[in-house]
Amino acid sequence: MKVTLFITCLVDLFHTNVGKATVELLERLGCEVEFPEAQTCCGQPAYNSGYVKEAKEAMKHMIRTFEHAEYVVAPSGSCATMFKEYPHIFKGDPEWEPKAKALAAKTYELTQFLVEVLKIEDVGAKLKGRATYHTSCHMTRLLGVKDAPFQLLKHVEGLEVMPLPNAHNCCGFGGTFSVKMGPISEQMVDEKIRHIEETEADYLIGADCGCLMNIGGRIERKGKPIQVMHIAEVLNSR
Amino acid sequence: MSMKIGTDPFHERVETGINNSFMRGAVAGAQERLRTRRLDAAAELGNWEEWRALGEEIRQHTLEHLDYYLMQLSENVAKRGGHVFFAQTAEEANQYIRDVVIKKNAKKIVKSKSMVTEEIHLNPVLEAAGCEVIETDLGEYILQIDDHDPPSHIVAPALHKNKEQIRDVFRKKLDYDKTEKPEELASHARKMLRNEYLTADIGITGCNFAIAESGSITLVTNEGNADLVTALPKTQITVMGMERIVPTFEEMEVLVSLLTRSAVGQKLTSYITVLTGPRDEGDVDGPEEFHLVIVDNGRSDILGTEFQSVLQCIRCAACVNVCPVYRHIGGHSYGSIYSGPIGAVLSPLLGGYDDYKELPYASTLCAACTEACPVKIPLHELLLKHRQVIVEREGKAPISEKLAMKAFGLGAASSLLYKFGSKVAPSALQPFTADQRITKGIGPLKAWTEIREFPAPNKERFRDWFREHKKGGEQ
Repeated sequence: MKVTLFITCLVDLFHTNVGKATVELLERLGCEVEFPEAQTCCGQPAYNSGYVKEAKEAMKHMIRTFEHAEYVVAPSGSCATMFKEYPHIFKGDPEWEPKAKALAAKTYELTQFLVEVLKIEDVGAKLKGRATYHTSCHMTRLLGVKDAPFQLLKHVEGLEVMPLPNAHNCCGFGGTFSVKMGPISEQMVDEKIRHIEETEADYLIGADCGCLMNIGGRIERKGKPIQVMHIAEVLNSR
Repeated sequence: MSMKIGTDPFHERVETGINNSFMRGAVAGAQERLRTRRLDAAAELGNWEEWRALGEEIRQHTLEHLDYYLMQLSENVAKRGGHVFFAQTAEEANQYIRDVVIKKNAKKIVKSKSMVTEEIHLNPVLEAAGCEVIETDLGEYILQIDDHDPPSHIVAPALHKNKEQIRDVFRKKLDYDKTEKPEELASHARKMLRNEYLTADIGITGCNFAIAESGSITLVTNEGNADLVTALPKTQITVMGMERIVPTFEEMEVLVSLLTRSAVGQKLTSYITVLTGPRDEGDVDGPEEFHLVIVDNGRSDILGTEFQSVLQCIRCAACVNVCPVYRHIGGHSYGSIYSGPIGAVLSPLLGGYDDYKELPYASTLCAACTEACPVKIPLHELLLKHRQVIVEREGKAPISEKLAMKAFGLGAASSLLYKFGSKVAPSALQPFTADQRITKGIGPLKAWTEIREFPAPNKERFRDWFREHKKGGEQ
């Protein structure tokens, strides 16, 4: 199966390891992975700040870039959600709405793709230790992917997954919110870390690099002994 | 604007909220209780998503035909001998109510809970007219005796106070010598209030839903105070926002069911009262005179705009009870009597962007509010629309942000620019980088690194690795 990778700008620039793990994992599961080099960013930073015109330019560029793809897979719930929002954003635009719809229909978040399309729950991963999983807001509430990460993590050999108290509460990232509303964001991420600590987890796992940068950056600043991992890295552990 | 509370700038209000550990403990506890109870009550009813869709349909239908239903309502109130007044502004509403009060030569007024009277700032007007005004909802009563502390939650106005603080207020203001046990506090307030109902000249209520087909008003409480407010005084004035209306009893039943479950996790509240006009001949209680004041105060300006769905709100506060931002800053930080997600959407619309321009940004767009709303208001999308309006129409965005976003638009729409930018980023940020981390950033990064570490951009971008990886595969 041919998979076209939407790697997301955060992974491209800051988290190369997550990208590598995504590629290796998909290839190990028999996918042929391609990466259109023209891709940039889904437009969310501008769109969520109210700059719709600027965001639409980025979106049109992404629509063109992925026009030929059969399956578009992203290691991020939030960025995949943004692709799914495109038809809503281009509603009424005779040229771009149909193209946006076509892109949205073939876009999958990584764990969703593994479970729904490849129909695989056991990817043969091994990781020893105790973990907890952060359910990111856009992925669960807007994309509606709630169970796939847990179905996959359940089969990781040696990994014990603890339920995260108050998992439904946002970690305080929210894109520009994290810098515009720093003091509020700080309270939110600190509460999230307190709940992570309650699970006594060695690993905090998530499927969105934005949330992980926020929680992970705060964990590092506070010097907590918790390792932050993207779910692609966990599923690629052998 | 009259709905405004306090004069401190937004960031100071937030700081005060964050530093108030009593409030935050009370809010977090209440959020968890109310969230769980709401989910249980929804599950108990079953088919919750279908109920929500029905609630949305009823509210949308009513708003689409609001002029028709308001006309029907006012005709039916008049038929039953009541008086109807349409107030375009807060001032007009207050003026009308003041005139009734003066005409009746009223000295004492009892009130049941009403957000719209908070919105129009009615109490000070009545007090200036020489009346004693007594709030009878327990939460509102606590706030009133505590030197008019403003409400911090649309359903539980005194949510920011814990029982010890309430005990202290009672001791200071009411000659109270018992403990902080809620039963003892409530019992004392009840005793104090009982005599007020009996001696009041006028009762003022809010309105959960007016029913167009019969000219009735529906009041939903757990304390029964609204029943006493409407049963004993000779004159009743009910104040409603112009959108708080349903066509018939059938729709009222659906919305009350959604309201009580969403607000407090109850199948029904202790009292759900439907009143139609003044007392009939032979009735043993009820007012001799009934006035319905229908308040616009900016609502009709929202009709027909991209924000119309905010008028679907039934004031259940389910969105407030799940909001992770409200959780840490509390209701007073919003600077408006409408707080939480619904307040962040509604306050700029009713009160203007000058006072409330920060509120649409005080959200991570996590969509917990949208998911909780029983009438499916897309709250997080409306917050986004506000941001768009602030940027495009109001021109209130900072210039640095505009430039950054312009650059973003150019960079993200051009793969060449993006590739170039991402390639030079590591060297550009080199002076701030140590051990693959940026600990002290500048510009927008500064706000990030005040709280957290920021990863330095990788020298090997993913795209560089992938190119090599593919080459390796081909060999």
